This record gives sequence, C-alpha cells and structure tokens, in this order.
Amino acid sequence: MAIITAFIIIILSAIVVIPFVSVQWKGMITVATVTIIATLSSFIALRALAGVDSEYLFKGSLVTGKIPVRIDALSGWFILIINFTCLTGALYGMQYMKAYRSQKDNLSLHCISFILMQSSLISICSLQNTIAFLIAWEIMALSSFILIIFEHHKRDTLNAGINFLIQSHICIMFMTLGFIWVALKMNSYDFQAITLFASSNSLLTGVALFLIFFIGFSIKAGFVPFHTWLPYAHPVSPAHISGIMSGVIIKIGIYGILRMLLLIKSDYLVIGYIILFISIISGIYGVMLAIIQHNLKRLLAYHSIENIGIIGMGIGLGCIGLGKGNNILIELGFAGALLHTLNHSLFKSLLFYASGNVHQATHTMDLDKLGGLGKQMPQTTFLFLIAAIAICGLPPFNGFVSEFLIYNGLFKGLEGSDKTMLSSIVCGIFGLALIGGLALLCFTKAFGTVFLGTPRHNFQYTTREAGLGKLIPMYAGLILITTVGLFPKIFIIALSKPLNLFIHLDNNINTVSVPITGTISMIGLCSGVFLCLTGLIFILRKRISSNRTQTVDITWGCGYTAPTVKMQYTASSFVRTYRKLAEPLFSIRKNKKEITGVFPKTGGQETHPYDKVEEWLIDYPLHLLKRFFNRFIFLQNGNLQFYILYGVVFILLVLGIPSLFDYVKSLIKFLNQI
Amino acid sequence: MISFILIILASIFFSGIIIRTKSITSGRKGPGIFQPIKDIIRLLRKGSVYSKTSSIIFQIAPSIYFASIVMAIMVIPFGQYKGIISFEGDFVFFASVLGTGKFFSIISALDTGSSFGGMGASREALFSMFAEPAFFILMGSFSLLTGHTSFQQIFASLHFGSYISYILGALATFVLVMITVVENSRMPIDDPNTHLELTMVHEVMILDNSGFDLGMISYATNLKFAMYGALIANLFMGSFPLYLSMPIFFGIQIIFAIAVGFLESFTARFRMNHNAQYILALSSVSLLIFLGVLLVLGQFS
Repeated sequence: MAIITAFIIIILSAIVVIPFVSVQWKGMITVATVTIIATLSSFIALRALAGVDSEYLFKGSLVTGKIPVRIDALSGWFILIINFTCLTGALYGMQYMKAYRSQKDNLSLHCISFILMQSSLISICSLQNTIAFLIAWEIMALSSFILIIFEHHKRDTLNAGINFLIQSHICIMFMTLGFIWVALKMNSYDFQAITLFASSNSLLTGVALFLIFFIGFSIKAGFVPFHTWLPYAHPVSPAHISGIMSGVIIKIGIYGILRMLLLIKSDYLVIGYIILFISIISGIYGVMLAIIQHNLKRLLAYHSIENIGIIGMGIGLGCIGLGKGNNILIELGFAGALLHTLNHSLFKSLLFYASGNVHQATHTMDLDKLGGLGKQMPQTTFLFLIAAIAICGLPPFNGFVSEFLIYNGLFKGLEGSDKTMLSSIVCGIFGLALIGGLALLCFTKAFGTVFLGTPRHNFQYTTREAGLGKLIPMYAGLILITTVGLFPKIFIIALSKPLNLFIHLDNNINTVSVPITGTISMIGLCSGVFLCLTGLIFILRKRISSNRTQTVDITWGCGYTAPTVKMQYTASSFVRTYRKLAEPLFSIRKNKKEITGVFPKTGGQETHPYDKVEEWLIDYPLHLLKRFFNRFIFLQNGNLQFYILYGVVFILLVLGIPSLFDYVKSLIKFLNQI
Repeated sequence: MISFILIILASIFFSGIIIRTKSITSGRKGPGIFQPIKDIIRLLRKGSVYSKTSSIIFQIAPSIYFASIVMAIMVIPFGQYKGIISFEGDFVFFASVLGTGKFFSIISALDTGSSFGGMGASREALFSMFAEPAFFILMGSFSLLTGHTSFQQIFASLHFGSYISYILGALATFVLVMITVVENSRMPIDDPNTHLELTMVHEVMILDNSGFDLGMISYATNLKFAMYGALIANLFMGSFPLYLSMPIFFGIQIIFAIAVGFLESFTARFRMNHNAQYILALSSVSLLIFLGVLLVLGQFS
C-alpha cells in the first residue's frame, strides 16, 4: 500500500515541478522519476515473478466500486519489460531532445507525458477494475498522442497523431463494449466478474466476448487489418518514442489479450485457430510491406506488425494446446510469445534508437539517400547490425531463442492427430519460415544501404557518431540481447510462473510441467560455440594473412576504373525483383520518366508503396462517408440565424418527440379500446 | 562426430567429381578430382586485395560464413549416430545458423559499394528466402511421419514401407537436391561458369574477395555440397550398421556429385526472373510430401 501511495505522490510532484525548472533539469527530473517508478514497480514485479502475488484493495468511489490492484506473474513480466524500455528510452531521449532545447514549453509537455505514459502502462498491468482500467488506458492513449506529436508544426506529424488518436479510441470503444456487457449482466466492475460471466454462460458467449476484446486490443497491438495507424505514428515521433511505442505500447495490446485469455475460460480451440491465422497473415503481410518501404523508420514500423504476428502465433499455438489439453504446446507457445515480447522490445527499441542516431546525423530517413554511414558512425552501425540479426531470428542472439520456441511448439503440434490442427500448423510453419526469409531480405537491405558502401548523397554537414550519452542506453539493450541469446535458460526459468498461470487454466491437465529448459540451454550453448568458432576462425585468418601482402584498391567495376556513387546498388534496386513478384498484392503508385532522344536529359522512377488494406478498410469507407455527408453541406451556410434556428429545431424535437410518442401511444390505446 | 569427419572427407573430392563429370561429358579429359582442393590451398596461401570502400564487415564476413557452415555440419547425424550437436528441433538451428552465414555474405557483398555486388546479393537473398519454407515443411512432414523432432531421431526411425513412402522418398530427395542447388548457386538456378557479371548470382557476390577469404568461401561451398549430400544419404541409411552405411554414404555422395555434373552439362539455366517462382514451387512439392505423409498415416481414410 505504501508503495502505491509513494508511486502516486512521486508522479504528481514530478508533474508539478517540471514546468518550472530549466531545460536541463526537465530531462534530469524525468529520468529520475522514471527510474524511481521503475525501481518501485520492478520490486513488486520481481516478487510476483518469484511467486508472491500482490493484491491491494482500494475503496474507490461510488461510481467505480472497489478498485483491486492485483499484480500476478503475467503483470510482473510485462511491468519489467515496460520498465526496462522506458528507462533506456528516457536516458536516450534526454540526449536526443537536446536538439530541441529552444522549445521549452513543448519539452515540459513531452516530459510530463512521458512520466504519465510509463505510469499508466504500469497501472494497466496492475489495475483490475473496469473503470479504473479504462481511465488508465485513456491516459496512456492521450499521453502517447502528445508524445507522438512533439513536432506538431509539421503537417504529417499532426495527421499521424490524429490518426493514432482516433484509432486508439476505436480500440477503447470495443473494450468499453465488452466491459459494459459484463457489467450489465454481473453488476460488478471487478475483473473477476468477467470470469464468472464467461463460466456461467455458454461457450459461444465466451468466444464472442473474447473476440470483442480481441478486436479492441489488437488495434493497439497492430494485428492486420487493424494496423493502419502504426506505420504513420512510428516515423513521425521522436526516436525514443518510436522505440517505446514499438517496444511496449503495442505490447500492452498483447498483455490485454493474454489477460483476457486468463479471465475468459471458453472454447480455447476456436480462439486459438482464429489468433493463429490472424497472426500468420499479420506476420507475412507486415514483413512483405516492410521490404518495399523507402523510409527507414516506416520499414521498422512494418516490422513491428510482423513481430506482433510472431508473438500472436505463439499465443495461438498455446491456445490450441489449451483446447487440446496438450501441455507441451501450452508451454512452448506461451513461452515463445512471452519471450518474444521481451525480445522484440529489446531489439526494436535498439533499432529505433539507432535510426534516431542516423536521423540526427543526416536529417533524413530516406533509404535511397543514406549510405556508407559505417565509417562515420561505427558504434551505431555495430548496434544496428546486432539488432538486425536478432530481429531476423538468427543465432546467436535473442530473436532466435523465442522463434525457436515457437518453431519447436509447431513441430511438437504435428504429433497430434487432427486434420484441421495439422493443416493449420503446417500453415504456421510455412508462415514462420517465410517470415524469417523475408526479414532477412528486408534487413540486409536496410543495413546494407544505410551503413555500407559509399555515401549516396552529399550532405552539407559532416555526419558524426552519436555521443556517449545516447550510446550507453543502447549498449544496455545490447547486453540483454546477448544475454537472452546465450543464456536463455535464466529467462525460461523466470517465465515459469507466468506459464503456470496458463497451464493451470485447464484443470484436466496434470500440472507437471514439461522440462523445456534442457533444449533451451542447448540453444544457448550452441550459440556460444558458434560465437567462439567464429572468433577462432577470424583470429586464425588474421594470424595467417598478417604475413602476406595486403593491398587496398578500388572495387572491381568490370574493368571500369572510374565508378561513381550512382552506380551503386540502391535500396530500391536491391528489392526490385521482389517488388516485381509481389506487385499484384500491393498497390504501388509508380511515376516513371523514360529517357528519350539522342541527348537524354533527365529520367527517373519513383515508387510509392501504399497499403492495400488501408485502401479498402479505411480510405474507401471514409470516401463513402464523406460522399454521404456532403449531401448535407447546405446546412452549413455560415448564417448565424440559421444556426440559431437549428438550435431551436433541435430543442423542439427533443421536447416534441417524446410527447408525440406518448400521444401516438394513447391514440393507439384509444383505437384499441374501440 | 562420425558424420562430421565423413562430410569433411567427402568435401575434398566432391567438386572435383562435378568438374570431372562435366569435362568428360563435354569431351575433355579434365583435371584430377583433387584439383579444386589444391586450388583452395593455393588461395589460402595468397595475399589479398581489399576494396577501398569496404569496412570491417567485409573482412569478418567470410569467417562467419565459414563458421556457420561448420556449425551446421555439426548438427548432421549419421544414420542412427548422433551428430556432435543433437537436441529437439535441431534442424531449426541448422537452418537458422546457415541463415546467419547468408546474412553476412549478403551484407559483405553490399559493403564493397559495387554496382554488381548488390545484384548478386539481392538475388541470393530472394532465392534462399523462397527455399526456406520448402525445407521446413519437408522436415515437418518427416517429424509428422516419425513423431520425432530432431535430425537423428527422424533419420533413425525413418523407414520406407509402402509404395507411397517410396514416392515420398523420391520427392524428398528431389526437394533436397533442389535446395542444394539453390543454396550452392548451381545450375539451373545459377551458372557458376558464367563470365558476365550481370548473369551471376553467387559469383558476383564474392567478386572482391581474394586470398585467404576467397579460399575459405570456396571451401565452404564444397562443405555445403557435402553437407546436403549427407542429408540426402541420411534418408536412405536408416539404422544400418556402420560397415553398410559408410559405403552407402560415399556412394550417394559420388552419385550426387555426378548427377550435379550431368545436370550442369545438359541443362540450360532458367531465366533469372522466373527463378523465384520456380523456387517457391518447391514449397508446393514439400506440401505434396506432407499430404503424402497424411495419406500414409491414414488421415484421409
């Protein structure tokens, strides 16, 4: 109890103090507050992971009823992830925001929103009262909206921010719908009422309720087709906000789905199939669109959709396991999903921070302009490279471990003997393998064009490596990435309590958990051996080639000795073959200007990739809606008199309709009597 | 352990046999079967030239590529005998560690900033991306058939009984041979003998490598061939005793090498822009195997 009171007091006092101090202190206070909140909440979270759940009961008010704060192992796991990313984000952000020092008021708002966002995220993980939960969710949505629109003088930023705000509220609308349904029937705002509601009604009702929540939460998480806000919001926000948004804010959607799975005990098999298929589609669609992007941050944003897909595949697999009563599937599926949630928050935030470094060094995110940054920014290059390998799910880093768990679960699922299950699992294997391959294509493109080769564009200023202040939080992420990659056993053991929550969901299963730690520690070992072997070979090579002649010369240009930068392969040309293949699936707008004549002047080609789902699901309905409302445009004629008239008409209608209704009713009654 | 040693032995003469076959079919005598390995040894002794634009990535990539293939070989079993590394789901590690090697070979090609490097890199990334699902579905079918999820357990308990399973074996061999061809950039996907950079895939990626690095990459290619040959051999070795399985192993490796030689002598390469579709079609062959396995298990009855 004391901790929660301290939590609230610290947040409030920080918010009050921040507007009145100088710019340097704003950052300092934010980082300090974030650190204190993180320490306090991590303490409870670690206890929950160790098996000691915390429960506090607030009296609340007449409206809300009692507000229970329950922190179990699942909340604990997510709180730890939130805290780590917010901490690195705050540290990185403090340095990143130095470029905007002159905007004092804007910075105050940014700092306050940052603190509010972290605390609301933690509250979402721990509050178990419907109304309090929704309020925390709303604070989270609003504060992240303010964080996104930091550069609100730019039109794109504002548009993206408003897009985010609207979609966030659609998400809240669905959640409210679900909560109202439960509250109406059960007359309680406690989350436990949801469990009671689901168990006292038919399985189908449970599935329907879950689907309502699933749609709500998947708007936040960014499952296809609810992902359209994501590729706009990520590129326009400051780098640390993109990192946090991709790392933890969208993960809160995953938390919501997992929480609802724990609360709503219904037909898990159906739910599992639905989640699995949506996830496969999200994964493949996300990465397919990522490849053809021209903006580095947008590319990373689409990769978030892909990784949400991978996490979802784990959840879907676990649900199928629950439905089938298969212990191994539950364990591998949910372990894969939870670990990938951590992993993705690590490498994605690292990638966004690195893109922030690139952005501040070059002031562009255009992949076709960037190039050869490896020599000027060696440390950023190194960090981006490691994160890129990790996100592709390749050993020896963390992405591989969680993808391995899901793969292993899928292959274990093949031991079943149900045609539907077998074919959906083969779809899963196909999807995951394809996602892996496409991610490789995408990140070799991103890394290769941004950091390798020669610069493609003459910037007016010299590009320099980012300062140590920015690099330190990035290295912190790197250390965790390698730790998960090399010693995954620790994390699997840490996950055992959250996993037990899911295993205990089905009472029919004997609760003896299957040891997956053996295989997992083998993974770590193999990755270690791989690293050592590489090192050994490299040292051997260095020894042998050190006493041979080594010369430096220009790159082989087919005999041509005066190559220019323009002859280099660009990001667009790297994926041209792929684009040609996948073109029917996307809507890519092309602008081509052929070179003609004996002395050709200019020529060029532009491609603008656009999201087909967005076209159908957002743009087309909006277009229809606009057309419909345009018919009533005559009402808005600018005359004050008319507007007053509308008011009068409205009041008359409000008063008149009920009395008219009563009159008609009595008339019908009268007629009936006759 | 035994598979590791045997694969290394096989790698010494593998590409020699391919070249010899190609020479004989084109009416030449051709070099001895140890000539490629002698070339590699000579390369390992040479000095090297580095491009001005390249960075440390270019220097470290060949080592990582080589290490990744050595790691992958460690996973390969020998019939019922385990590889050096063996655990549940080890073929996922096998495919992923090869992926790491590929990642580095691709970015090292981009590191030179050449107008050709990216061309090969782009093609290699695309082709191997499409080959990946085929491999995983193939392994999935096997694990469905045998109920195991590690290379050694799968191969040890794999035995062909009915007519359908013979067809499955043939299809699996076909898929593995094609994956080998894709992964090693050979005909009909890629022509290693082409002299025009525009039509190269793998060769153009390593244009700027020289000396020790080039030697390592060339030897890695030989190892890769022998590794996939060993995988194919494993399909047929089952749980035979060692004195039987060893000749089978070498026999299949030699037959495989000769087959590749014949393939390269008598087929033309595919059109570059049709390659991707062709490779993706491999996945459907894999799916066919999966359906066949369902048939064997009586899922459709």
